Amino acid sequence: MKDIGLSHFLIVSTMLFFIGVYGFLTRRNMITMLMSIELILNSCNINFIAFNKYLFPHRLDGTFFVLFSIAIAAAEAAVAIAIIINLYRARKSIDAEDADSLRL
Amino acid sequence: MTDSLALVLVPGLPIFGFLFLSMIGKRYFAKQSGLIGTLLMLVSCGIACATAYKYFFVTGMVDGVYQHQYAFKYVWLPFSETVSIDMGAMMDPISMIMIVVVTFISLMVHIYSLGYMKGEERFAIYYSYLGLFTFSMLGLVLSTNIFQIYIFWELVGVSSFLLIGYYFDKPSAVAASKKAFIVTRFADAGFLIGILILSYYTGTLDFDTMIARLTMPGSELTAISTAGFLGISALTWGLVLVFMGGAGKSAMFPLHIWLPDAMEGPTPVSALIHAATMVVAGVYLVGRLFPVFALSCPAALDLVAYVGIFSSMFAAVIACTQTDIKRVLAYSTMSQIGYMMFALGVSHYGGEAGLGFTASFFHLFTHAMFKALLFLGAGAVIHYVHSNDMKDMGGLRKFMPVTHIVFLIACLAISGIPPFAGFFSKEEILTAAEHNNALIYWCAIATAALTAFYMFRLYFSIFWNKEYVGHLLHKKDNHHNDHAHDHGEAPWSMKIPLIILALLSIGAGFIPFGNFVSSDGRQLASEFHLTAALLPVSLAIVAIAAAMLLYGKENTGPGRIAGGAGGLYRGALNKFYIDEIYLFITKKIIFGFFGTIAAWFDKNIVDGFMNFLGMVSENFSDLLRRMQNGKVQTYAVYVFSGLLGIVLLMVFLWT
Repeated sequence: MKDIGLSHFLIVSTMLFFIGVYGFLTRRNMITMLMSIELILNSCNINFIAFNKYLFPHRLDGTFFVLFSIAIAAAEAAVAIAIIINLYRARKSIDAEDADSLRL
Repeated sequence: MTDSLALVLVPGLPIFGFLFLSMIGKRYFAKQSGLIGTLLMLVSCGIACATAYKYFFVTGMVDGVYQHQYAFKYVWLPFSETVSIDMGAMMDPISMIMIVVVTFISLMVHIYSLGYMKGEERFAIYYSYLGLFTFSMLGLVLSTNIFQIYIFWELVGVSSFLLIGYYFDKPSAVAASKKAFIVTRFADAGFLIGILILSYYTGTLDFDTMIARLTMPGSELTAISTAGFLGISALTWGLVLVFMGGAGKSAMFPLHIWLPDAMEGPTPVSALIHAATMVVAGVYLVGRLFPVFALSCPAALDLVAYVGIFSSMFAAVIACTQTDIKRVLAYSTMSQIGYMMFALGVSHYGGEAGLGFTASFFHLFTHAMFKALLFLGAGAVIHYVHSNDMKDMGGLRKFMPVTHIVFLIACLAISGIPPFAGFFSKEEILTAAEHNNALIYWCAIATAALTAFYMFRLYFSIFWNKEYVGHLLHKKDNHHNDHAHDHGEAPWSMKIPLIILALLSIGAGFIPFGNFVSSDGRQLASEFHLTAALLPVSLAIVAIAAAMLLYGKENTGPGRIAGGAGGLYRGALNKFYIDEIYLFITKKIIFGFFGTIAAWFDKNIVDGFMNFLGMVSENFSDLLRRMQNGKVQTYAVYVFSGLLGIVLLMVFLWT
């Protein structure tokens, strides 16, 4: 255990963050975009826990923050699914390319 | 009346006539506009003659030399303290002679036009244009400043354009007026460059100052003589280019092509402009700059002489073949102006050697009289016969006695038969040529013989030759009585100028011109050698006899000679194809070659560049437009890249 340091966790979370960003920017399926957002949120959670465990082991502030983050991520996922279902009802498609009416 | 008031009124009355008749007279005084114009001209002529008399006999001469006096001089456009365009009136022998000639001939034309142009719809406009022309010509001869003369030069060109194109519904008249204006304008481009060269080196535009600086040894004269282009000094270039302008206006070869076509205008206009006044503007210009030509640049003066004699002979040959009577007179004018030019060209400055100068202006004076008479007489004939062509005429001496006599007087004058006016002036010119240049002298003698021949060819063809039956043909249609030929020869308004000019053609030769006009302002005694006069007069009489034999009675002689001469006859009849050469140069070479290259450049490169700019803007805006495509993922990319940029900036700023 003492070979795994803080930087390992941070590297993992950074990698997860950018994988999530990449997925969000390039996936066509809106559900997949949602999954990427969850990845981003979870990478931030890993960051919090790692900092909490390695820098302040006798405190629980990071863990509480992560609990809130997970709950909010779940609520946000529910709202996003609701938006996607509405969008599907209007356009019969969940392709991100087809939702382009926010333009001149 | 002071000189300044007089010399303001002399051109001022005609220009007032122009403004009044064209703006108000056209509407309210249409029938009286002729009388108004004539009256203004009469007053102007009276004042001009009085001023000239006062100059020549009372105030002009100081210590035996006629002075250059300024009636008024007004600085109009100052470029710097030393260089300015002035508007002024100068009194010196040649300008005084010219105002007398111009106003007098203009008055004769005004009176004549009362009868000739009667019934014209645009009568008032005609008289207004005549006023404009007279004003421009008077301003030209009174100029004190070389730029002022250029301004009036162009004004004269415009007036000529308006008057030649007076019958604007005739396409040939419109084409002729355009041709006259373009050819003289082209010559004036050379004139302008010459003005700029001369004024640059002398640092002034004023005539007297410029002439002084170019004839007296000094810094300006050395500077202009040494500066050169292609091996010819700047002074020569300047004077040659100024002469180019004069050659264009005076119809010297090769800028003569406009003069025969200009006969499309009404005949009194031809009498005024293209015989007596406008075409001598070139001679006047050379005369005004004569000290520079004679003292500082003899090469340019030689050019003047040779161009003059060549034009003279060229025109004389062509005139022998033409059948339109006005064209014959046009070429005759060109030939006589050639005489005036080469008389200036062979002259020197000062004393006896300056005889050519006096002779040139003497010939200008007498020529104005008899040429105007010839044109006005031709106008009377055309008015009677309703045709310009010689074949429609013949035997008119029975029907037009007054015109016959005055025409004969004018022909005798131009042929140089004593004691008519032309004899004295031609003799002086020939004497001046004999003393200075043998080649020019013999060419001039030959031209004098030709002149007598073609003028009497004209005379006999109109008044003798065959019997006139035109009036019988027209009697058949009785209902054409408004302009029937039983109106007689010509109304008195047309006969009076003819008679006055005929009297002057007889008497003007006896004026001792050397007492008034000479190259240096001193009086020159007119010499008269009877023996020298023998050769040209006898040649002229022989030529007249030849013309009488060939044209006095209808015969096959002319036809046989024309057939025998073959190519020369055809060439002369077609005016030696100069017009065709010009058309070839303009259409094939300038339009066809240079024009197509210029057009290609304009369409592809200039327009292409503009199209390119448009295309660049279009594509750039297209690019910008694509930024907003409504897709959330694209916008997310923009957010993240902006964020990345800010982070990098922060990192950069912190280290």
